[in-house]
Amino acid sequence: MSTLEIKNLHASVETPEGTKQILKGVDLTINSGETHAIMGPNGSGKSTLAYSLAGHPKYEITEGSVTLDGEDVLAMSVDERAKAGMFLAMQYPVEVPGVSVSNFLRTAKTAIDGEAPKLRTWVKDVKKSMDDLRMDSSFAERNVNEGFSGGEKKRHEILQMELLAPKIAVLDETDSGLDVDALRIVSEGVNRVKDNTGLGIMLITHYTRILKYIQPDFVHVFVNGQIAEQGGRELADRLEAEGYDRFLASA
Amino acid sequence: MTVTDHSRATADAAHTHGLGTPTPDASRADRPTSFEVDAFTVPTGREEEWRFSPTKALAPVFVDAAADGHLEWDVPELPAGVTLTEVSTADARERSVRAPGDRAAAVAAARAGGAMALTIAPNTVVDEPIQITLTGTGADVRGHLLVEAGASSEATVIIERRGTATYSEFVSVDLAENSGLNLVLLQLWDEDAVHAGEVVARLGRDSRLRGSVVTLGGKAVRLNTSAAFAGEGASVDLFGLYFADSGQHQEHQLFVDHAVPRCTSRVTYKGALAGKTARTVWIGDVLIRKEAEETDTYELNRNLVLTDGARADSVPNLEIETGEIAGAGHASATGRFDDEQMFYLRSRGISEDEARKLVVRGFFADLIQEIGVPTVEESLMKAIDLELEHVNEELAEEQA
Repeated sequence: MSTLEIKNLHASVETPEGTKQILKGVDLTINSGETHAIMGPNGSGKSTLAYSLAGHPKYEITEGSVTLDGEDVLAMSVDERAKAGMFLAMQYPVEVPGVSVSNFLRTAKTAIDGEAPKLRTWVKDVKKSMDDLRMDSSFAERNVNEGFSGGEKKRHEILQMELLAPKIAVLDETDSGLDVDALRIVSEGVNRVKDNTGLGIMLITHYTRILKYIQPDFVHVFVNGQIAEQGGRELADRLEAEGYDRFLASA
Repeated sequence: MTVTDHSRATADAAHTHGLGTPTPDASRADRPTSFEVDAFTVPTGREEEWRFSPTKALAPVFVDAAADGHLEWDVPELPAGVTLTEVSTADARERSVRAPGDRAAAVAAARAGGAMALTIAPNTVVDEPIQITLTGTGADVRGHLLVEAGASSEATVIIERRGTATYSEFVSVDLAENSGLNLVLLQLWDEDAVHAGEVVARLGRDSRLRGSVVTLGGKAVRLNTSAAFAGEGASVDLFGLYFADSGQHQEHQLFVDHAVPRCTSRVTYKGALAGKTARTVWIGDVLIRKEAEETDTYELNRNLVLTDGARADSVPNLEIETGEIAGAGHASATGRFDDEQMFYLRSRGISEDEARKLVVRGFFADLIQEIGVPTVEESLMKAIDLELEHVNEELAEEQA
């Protein structure tokens, strides 16, 4: 049982126009086995929240705390956070020329576990996970994200999540830009990992569509760098019917 | 967030095609060659072929005087059919495939006091690589070397340079009809070595040259490699790998001269740069003469810049004088290993040092496999890991 606890988190970013405050006091607790959907309009700071949790150097934390099972996440380097059990599935996964998927996965697994995975089970695990995500085996020999379609990039993110087995995963708009088939495959992958490992999920999304496939336990509406309203599944339904106008007007 | 697309990265230097070349000569082939040192003025850095070169660091190799030092030769027991002999200066001139093409090489040939000739007798097939190690002991050295592959011979020759020296050399590589030579030149100098070399190869009919150059060490290394086809049906593959740290200048110039029909050339050079003052230069000239119908050529240079401040110049030139060719192309790209790639790898638990290692090993892996000598391939991967450790230390110091 793990708990990610975010308290009063403030983050800013340097822009040509000066320092811009983006997160303005986020409070959120995610336990193992829970799925929290973070929904909000563009520019509300959802991705900043994701990158701040992962430790992207672009964002400066100006106030607040983040702990994972009591450990201070903000004091950890980017790779230490991953080793502690955090995972960020990125909205725009980065191309890494010259590094094959299989080499990348093995290197990451070795880093996270502190020892190289046992070859036989590892090869089997990778193959099974790729099969489940309908990824052709030739994928393993391609360079990381190089020439991948949008759907391939997102499946590759979920593949990593499954193999690295984090405690808490942040999925940043994993559904954006996917057609219905790809969305279903990716969602099934997320559900499977959750069933198998019981991880906690922060599911950041702009659209309600993914919630047809992934059942959230909690829905949070994110507006102007804060959580404006929380509820259950029914809140998502209401957002689908009404949009974000109600929140934007008050913001 | 920015998405890095290396396929769109381009070299920051000039990228010229044929007529657009900045060479003052009408053609690359018009550059003078001579055994007379005075045929070449002392380079100032303003000349086309020296404009990227550290002429100040290279100054000692332009001086027309004998040098008192020598490299220590470590030569294994040579297999039957292979000999290493001393040759007089006059004979060495006679047996060289052509005269030197720049002042450093002309001085080397004139003042080396004769040449060493590695000769593979016709029809000799040597399975095991012949590895010769030359170690500098800090002195000024001139060298003239002949590598002669007899008709229908097959051999792999590795020449490794270590230690330190201020070294100029002229290397003539002669491939007789239907011979096959895998020649590997390793520049694993200590960090204060200066090395200016010209390697000129002539390929007889149906011969096959695989020439690999690896430059990791030295303060200033400038290698100028030419391959000229003298008979039809020959092929040349030129591979190069270099890794420059702060304070290193590594320059590789290439010229492939397609003077006869139906020959194939491939040039593949890759370099990594790390450290504020790391500097690399790659200039690849290919000339397809009017007679060289059905030529097939492709040259590629890729550079990976690992840190701010490092500079890679990459200049491919293709001159084509006939339309009757099978294929001709070139590609040059200089990419950065940027902060977003680093963040992505680190967000998967991979440390900064490991991330750099993963990327650099990946960058060089396919090239190293092309060298075709397993022992060299293994030791190279180790040497690259050592380079990376050095880079990591340097970066840690900068951050501290």
